[in-house]
Parts: sequence; structure tokens; C-alpha cells
Amino acid sequence: MEYSYSFLILLLPFLSFLVLGLAGMKMKKPVAGLIGTLVIGSVFAMSVFTAYEYFFAVGRDAATGLYPTVTVFNLTWLKFTELLTFNIGFRLTPISVMMLIVITTVSFMVHIYSFGYMAERDENYKKEEYEPGFQRFYAYLSLFTMSMLGLVVATNIFQMYLFWELVGVCSYLLIGFYYPKHAAVHASKKAFIVTRFADLFFLIGILFYSFYVGTFNYDLSATPGLQSNLAGAAWVLPMALFMMFIGGAGKSAMFPLHIWLPDAMEGPTPVSALIHAATMVVAGVYQVASLFPIWVEYAPNQLHWVAYIAAFTAFYAAAVACCQRDIKRGLAFSTISQIAYMLVALGVCTAVEGEGGVGYMASMFHLFTHAMFKALLFLCSGAIIVIIGSNFKEYMGGLHKYMPITNICFLIGTIAISGFFPLAGFFSKDEIVDACFHYSPFMGYFMTLVSGMTAFYMFRLYYVIFWGNSYYEADPEHRRKPAEVPFIMWGPLVFLAVVSCFAGWIPFGHFVSADGHSEDIALQSLHFGPTAWMSLCVAFIGFGLATWMYAKGTNPVPDMLQRRMPRLHKAALNRFYIDDAWQFVTHKIVFGLFSKPIAWFDRRVIDGTFNFMAWGTQEAGETIRPWQSGDVRSYAVWFLTGTVALTLVLLAIAL
Amino acid sequence: MVPEVTLTLLLVIAFIADFCSAKHTLRKWFNPLMFVLMLAHVLVNLGPTEAATTFGGMYITGPSIGVIKSILAFGTLIVLIQAREWLSREDTAFKEGEFYMLVFSTLLGMNMMVSANHFLLFFLGLEMASVPMACLVAFDKYRHNSAEAGAKFILTATFSSGVMLFGISFLYGAAGTLYFDDVAAVMTTSPLTIMGLVFFFSGLGFKISLVPFHFWTADSYQGAPTTVTGYLSVVSKGAAAFTLCAILMKVFAPVVEYWQYLLYIVIVLSITVANLFAIRQTDLKRFMAFSSISQAGYIMLAVVGNSAMSVTALSFYVLIYVAANMAVFSIISAVEEHNGGTVDMNSYDGLYKTNPRLSFLMTLALFSLGGIPPFAGMFSKFFVFMAAVKGTDVTATSGALAYGVVFVALVNTVVSLYYYLLIVKAMYIKRNDNPLPTFTSSVNTKLALALCIAGIVAFGVCSGVYEWIDTASLM
Repeated sequence: MEYSYSFLILLLPFLSFLVLGLAGMKMKKPVAGLIGTLVIGSVFAMSVFTAYEYFFAVGRDAATGLYPTVTVFNLTWLKFTELLTFNIGFRLTPISVMMLIVITTVSFMVHIYSFGYMAERDENYKKEEYEPGFQRFYAYLSLFTMSMLGLVVATNIFQMYLFWELVGVCSYLLIGFYYPKHAAVHASKKAFIVTRFADLFFLIGILFYSFYVGTFNYDLSATPGLQSNLAGAAWVLPMALFMMFIGGAGKSAMFPLHIWLPDAMEGPTPVSALIHAATMVVAGVYQVASLFPIWVEYAPNQLHWVAYIAAFTAFYAAAVACCQRDIKRGLAFSTISQIAYMLVALGVCTAVEGEGGVGYMASMFHLFTHAMFKALLFLCSGAIIVIIGSNFKEYMGGLHKYMPITNICFLIGTIAISGFFPLAGFFSKDEIVDACFHYSPFMGYFMTLVSGMTAFYMFRLYYVIFWGNSYYEADPEHRRKPAEVPFIMWGPLVFLAVVSCFAGWIPFGHFVSADGHSEDIALQSLHFGPTAWMSLCVAFIGFGLATWMYAKGTNPVPDMLQRRMPRLHKAALNRFYIDDAWQFVTHKIVFGLFSKPIAWFDRRVIDGTFNFMAWGTQEAGETIRPWQSGDVRSYAVWFLTGTVALTLVLLAIAL
Repeated sequence: MVPEVTLTLLLVIAFIADFCSAKHTLRKWFNPLMFVLMLAHVLVNLGPTEAATTFGGMYITGPSIGVIKSILAFGTLIVLIQAREWLSREDTAFKEGEFYMLVFSTLLGMNMMVSANHFLLFFLGLEMASVPMACLVAFDKYRHNSAEAGAKFILTATFSSGVMLFGISFLYGAAGTLYFDDVAAVMTTSPLTIMGLVFFFSGLGFKISLVPFHFWTADSYQGAPTTVTGYLSVVSKGAAAFTLCAILMKVFAPVVEYWQYLLYIVIVLSITVANLFAIRQTDLKRFMAFSSISQAGYIMLAVVGNSAMSVTALSFYVLIYVAANMAVFSIISAVEEHNGGTVDMNSYDGLYKTNPRLSFLMTLALFSLGGIPPFAGMFSKFFVFMAAVKGTDVTATSGALAYGVVFVALVNTVVSLYYYLLIVKAMYIKRNDNPLPTFTSSVNTKLALALCIAGIVAFGVCSGVYEWIDTASLM
């Protein structure tokens, strides 16, 4: 059978997790890392092979002209009714195959890169020793990769939910990897609680969906016998879908559930690249895309709400990203903004076929390209952090002389994300803007504006890191001289940079589209429409502004702006106080008004009742102890008494 | 009849092998031979069984009977694995052959009992399971405790058999026949039938150790060799429970509401009283005795529903109970071997420090007994509860009572959790200046434990087993 090896794609990382988790501490650190890396390398190879088989060797179904949905295996775990079963399986669709590539590529790069990153270095940046917990780190990475792969190949929503929670746990474990650090513990808890809170809605959505529709499957048309259920469930589907989307919004950090993602940057940078930029955070997008036909058919209006929420998030995050001091947080907000792009693209779709469904393809395309260049940017920032020892821009500046490779790679990432021709971001983002214009001009102009902001904040980040006044040169006597990172780190950077350069030229529409039919991306044949020119112009304006304001050593313009509008600047710096709003809601309202009285009731009334019952039970036990005397004659008496008593009771009932 | 035939063969082979190999160099192969034979018995009888009758309709077999026989054989296999270490001790080694013969004959008796379709064959099977069992309980006959336990067992067993025969004679008086089907066909609600029902019930209630027929349990469990206690508490109990279920649903179908009332009373009493006693125990085997009484109550809960699901839920419960309880007894006997033969709960204090893996496995087994998800015990309890209320109408008195009994059972689950966790607490949290030193268990103990724990985890995660039993019972 084709793809019969594919169970290994899930099994190998899991085994690697078990081995590293259980026996890792007994291994030498590099051995543990090597096991994890080799396993992920082979999974990467298998994924590439699967993609080749799926798209090229097997290709489109001759009858329908579509890429077939292949369920490689599907084990029934629990069966409620004929249709409603918990299955664990492995399903290949165009988007799940694409996700396999995305996840394993980035994961593989991160595995290699971490050899360099997770090390303690001396004065001259020479490696002294791998960090404590190195084995644990690789064990978690394996578990995460397995969970994320399980999520994308899920054959049904429930399996997705299962792995969804698993990736949440991995995210928690990895954000809190440096658990002696207070901030890391805080951030991991925050990430877990916020996403878990959102997941509650996902679960409720699944329950509604399965209760009314009677299945956990994505594909409703393929299952006969559902049509009658669907007619009865039509009213509940929009709600169920939107509930599920709230879960997705939590994972994909949509406003106002985004608050965990910037804090999640407390985790090691490779983790930020893998989990909090390229893979896990797009789970929400993937979820909506998986259910896309149902959304379009049964909940088109709610789908547009998704677009509006995402559009606002894109703008908000871009605004905040414009004045972050911490480079990783800047990138985190950029991630939020870009994921929002993908959701906007899905949200503006009005149909599965034709023009209305362009957004679907655009969204997946952007997901793909973004994963590559955002992982690149994060890994670059990791390289900088290794050298500088800090996340703050004040300690950087002028690094282009000392870190030439990182400089080029970061620049490529920046150009790609800003949407300049001919790098990856240009194509995918302009497809999104195009789809927005199809939906409404307002949405189109709005998203064009945000793409201008993207160019601005990304180039600002680039300039403050690599140009401007050097922190080292200001006091070379006492400060460490920056240097380029070792090959084990810049190797993955170069690889991702090359991918970012060329990913835009992949004829993506031929592989993934809403209705499954082959679709050309006009831009790739250099047919630039007005929207493309406009986006390019806006990107240039953003780039120009950033250059004007930040390229030189002193930054008079931003300082002036900051003085002129102190409140706005402060608000943006504080992420417009959304965290504080949540803090107020949770601590003052939820804890104060609900939790405290409930806690009192629990401690006094409920505990009291149970303590009383426990005491009563103990006393009763003491009282009846003498019955068990050890005397066989008394046993016989009890036996007979019991029998006679039971007979009498039954006779009393009978007569 | 395949299981009975193979068991009889086993019995004969055990006798001959034991006889011929005494003081012989081949002796060291005796134990492995018995194990292999038992394994063969399990494997031969694993496949689905087709419905059939023989002996003029006195003996029947069918899919669900085949399933329970497989479960009993599986439980016995674990008992044999686990018995090895104890049997090879100096004071028992010279009579190990007897042990196997006794176990095989009790198992043969249980198989007859399960397959009976006639009260006399049933009684024969019951006695065949009972009398050798008394010898097993008194196997360490030079130990005062064991001899006393054996004596108590045989005395109360005889007594209960008497009461039961009394009940059967009532039924014969009312129906004029002892065939199950014929008795059911002519049964009417009369004082005679009801007396027959209760007296008969109390005889099997003794075997399952339901309150108020349970008094022998604690003494016999405590005195018997630990391996035998394990055997008594799962295999013997499982067989009796299945038989009672089958007879109640088949023979006493016309008076279903009366035996339902009977079960309500007995279940509530069993679960509650046993839990109250269990809390206060300091001897682990006595503790497990009360735990098993309470578990018996849960097993019988499946019968209350009186539907096809009852048999499935009961068989599944027995299977899971075999795994969890045998795991606990394997550990008890392992600890006992290294602890100078005491089974006091205090010897488990701080066990985690010195024997972390054993403590962990004990915890898993206790969690399963207590019904903590995701272990199998949670699912078996769930199915039993489901079976108890399946098809009952909550507005009718009987249905409401069924829900009431399930509620009491649920509350008692919490109590049972408390005392199961007492042991966990002792192992993990209690401080002990000189805990039991670290020891390595024998290969047999490890094998038995591995089988049990695999069962606890795998049966919990894979619902397929339940489905398998379900389809087997419905065929």
C-alpha cells in the first residue's frame, strides 16, 4: 500500500521522546541531541518523500481532477454510534501534506541549530559545555514534533483536539524550560492558562458539533446518512464553528487572546522559532482551513466575523510591534500580525469555488512562506542573542560588521516579510490583499495599510540591530566584541534564507486551492495588477520611513515623536494595556467576585460536610468492628439470620 | 467441552509428572512444565466458543461462557506464575505437585459450575471448586494461621452448601425438575419459590462473599498463603459471580423483580459495610479481603440491569479485576517474601524510597481498583454502572431504586479511593527510618506483574476488549 510507512512519521518522534525522556539523563548530552536530530531528519525525509508521492508520483485523481484525500489508516478508539467514533488516524490532504513539510523542515533546522544555541560559551564565544537539561530539551522537541504532526494529519476533529492539547503542553514545557527563572515560569503558566481557557470553547464547539451532526469528521459530504442530521443541525453549526474558532484564536494569538504569545518569548529562541512562529501558532489557521467547506456552507457570516477580528488583530499587533525594545517581542507581535493575515484571507472567502475561494489558497501560501521566513528571523535573533547576551535593542546596533552572515539572512527575512518582489512574502501577501479586495475595498485598503506597517516595523528592527550606533564601539575596553556565530547555527540560517528567497516561486495554487482545482498565481507570471503595485508602493513607503527614521546612529525623529505623543507611545509600549485589562478581569472580577466566595463555600461548607462524613465513617467502622469476631459459630448465626431476614423482606414485598 | 477436557488432562499429567519425577533430576522441569501446560490450556481455549449442549442438556456452553472461561484460565495462569517463588520455598517445595493438582481441580469445578444447565451438575461443580479450595487455603498447614483459615473455610462452606441445597430442594418441590430451563418455565411467584431463591442465593453469595454471607472472607484471606488468597479473590469469585448472574437471569427470570430487590439490598450492604471495615484494617491481606467484598458488590451491580449488557459488563469487570487484584497480590507476596512473612501495612511505609518501581506499579494497580482514569478500573466501573441502569425507567419504583443503588455505589467509590490511597500515601509520603531494603523481584513476579500492568493500562486505553467480549456474548 502506498504511504504504508507513514505511521513512522508519528511513531518515530514519539519513541525518540520516550527514549530521551526516560533514558536521556543517562546519555551524554550530544548523544541525546543526535538521537533527536537523526529521528527528526528521517521524519523530514519521509515527509518530503510523502509530498513527492502525493503531489507528483500519484498526483491528481483521473476522474475528478482533484488531489485525493487519502486516509492511510484510521483506528477506532471508542465507538459511540456507527458514525460517531473516536478515531486516531493519518490523513493526507493537500494542506496536511504541506504542513508535514513545514513542520519537519523547521523542526529539523531547529534541532540542528539548537546544538549551537543550547550551549554555554566563554569570553570568545567558544563552546564550553551544553546547557543543563539539554536532553530534556530534545525530548520535548521530539514530543512537540510528534504532537504537531498528529494534529495536522488528524482524520477528525477529536483527534485534532487531542493533539491540540498535547502541543499546548509541549509549549508550556518549553516556554518554562528555564524554570529557575521567575519570568519563564510566569510566562509558561500564562501561555497554558490562556490557551487552555480558549481550548475550553474548542471542546464545547466539538461537543455541540458532534451532538447535532453526529460525527467528528471534517468531511460531511463523504459520509452518507448525515444529511438528515445536518438539516436539523443547521442552526447550531455556526455557533459550534465559532466556538471552535475561539479555541483556534487562543492558539493563534488573536486579539484579545494574544497576550500569552509575547511572554512566551521567555522560552529558548529555537523554541520560539519552531512553536511560537512557524508551527503551533498557525494551528488555529489550520483548524479553520480544515473545516473550511463547512464554514463557507453553513456559517458564511461568522466566517466574516473571523476576518474582522483578524484584521483588527493584524493592525493592533503591527502598531505594537513598531515600538518594542525587546527584539524577540517585536518579532512576536509581527507573528501575531502575520497569522492574522492568514485568518483574514480565510475569513474573506465567500465560496469554495472560483474567485470567492482565492483567500483559502492565499492563506495557506502565506502560512507556508511565513513559516520559513519567520523561523529564519527568529533563528537570526537567537544568533544575535547568543552573541549579545540580551534581547534589548540598546545593546545591539552596528552588528553588520561583526555578524555578516546573520546580517544578510536577517535582511532577507525582513525583505521577505515586508513583501518586496521577488522574495516569498510578496507573492503570498499580495494574494491575500487581492482576496481582500474581492471581498470589500475597505478590507483591501486596510490590509494594504497593515502591510506598509509591516515593512516599517521590520526595517526598524533591522536597522536598530545591524546599523546605527554600536553598543560595543561606544566602550570597546569593557565590552565584549561581537562575532559571527558558528556554522552549526548559521547553516540552518542560510538554508532557511535560501528557502525564503525562492518559496514565492512555488506554483502553490497548483497544489492547494479551495476547490482543489489547479489555479495560477498571476504574480508569478509577472502580471502585476493594481493591487500589487499599490502594495509595493506602500511597502516602499514603510521601508523609506524606517530608513529615514532609524538608519542613522541617532534617531531624532522617533525621539521627537515620542516627546510629542508621550501617551500614545507609552500605550503602545505597554501593548495598549490589554494585559492589564485581563489582569483586572481575572484578578478583580473573577477572583474577587466569584472565586473567593466559592473558595469560602468550598472550605467551610463542602469540606465541612466531607470531614463530617469521614468522621462518621470512621466511627461507624469502629462500631461494627466487633461483628467480625473470628468465631465461626457466630458467623453461621449471622449467615442464617441474614438469609432469613432477606427471605422475610422479599416475602413482605411479594405478599 | 474442550476446556474441561484439557483441564482434566492437565490434572492427570500433573499427577503423573509429580509422581514420576519425585527426587529425580527431572524435577526442576516440573514447574516450567505446569506453566507451559496451563499456557497451552489458555491458548487452546482462547478462540470463540460455539453454543452447544451435552449430557442430555445438563451441560451447556456458548460464546459468553467461553469468554468467562478464558478469563478464569488467564487469572489462573497468573496465579501459577506468581506461585512459583513461594512454592520453591523449602517448606512447600516437597508438596508443590499437590498445589497444581488442587488448583486444576478447583478450576475444573468452576468450569463445570459455569457451564451447568442443571442444578445437580451446578452443585457438583461448586463442591468440586470448594473442597480442594479448602486444602489450598490450609496449604501451609503447619502454620497456625493457615490451618485455622482452612478449617473456617471448610466449616462455613459446608454450612452454606447445606443452606443452598435446602434452597434447591424448595425449587425442586415447586417445579418438579432440576433442569434450568424447565424450572424457569414453570416458575411462579410463591413463598416456596422465594424461599428457594434466597436460600440458593445465599449459597452463591458465600462464594462471592457478599454481605451478610462474607464473614469467612477476612479470616480465610488473611490465613491462606498469599497466592491462594489471590486465587480466591479473583478466579473463584469471578466464576461464582458469573454463574449467579447466569442463573438469576435464566432460571429466576419469572421473579426478576424479587431478585432485583434482593440484589439492591445485598449490593448496598456489601459495598458499604466492606468499605467501613476496610478503612480500619492494618493487615494488608485482611484489607484486601474487605476490598474484595466491596468489589463483589460492584460486580453484582452489573446483574441488576438484567440485560444482555449485564453479562458483558460483568465479564469485563472480572477481567480487569483479575489484572488489578493479581498485580496487588503479586506485590504483596513479593514484599512478604523479603519481609519475613509479615503483611502489615506499616511495612509499606516509605517503600518508594527503596523500591520505587514496585511502589509505582502498586500505585497503578490500586488506582485501577479505585477506578481512577485512564486505567482499566475506571472503564469497568463505568460499564457496570451503565449496565445497572440500562433500560430501567427512573419513574418506576424499581428503576428509581436502581439509580439509588448506583448512587450509593458511586459514593462508596470515593470511600474506597480513600483507603486505596492510604497505601499509596504510606508508600510515598510516610516517613520511615528503616524502610524495607531494596530488593530485586524474581523473574516470575516480574512476569506476572508485567502481564497484569499491561492489562490495566491496555484494557483501559483500548475499548476493543470490551467490544470483543460484547460481540462474543451476543453471538
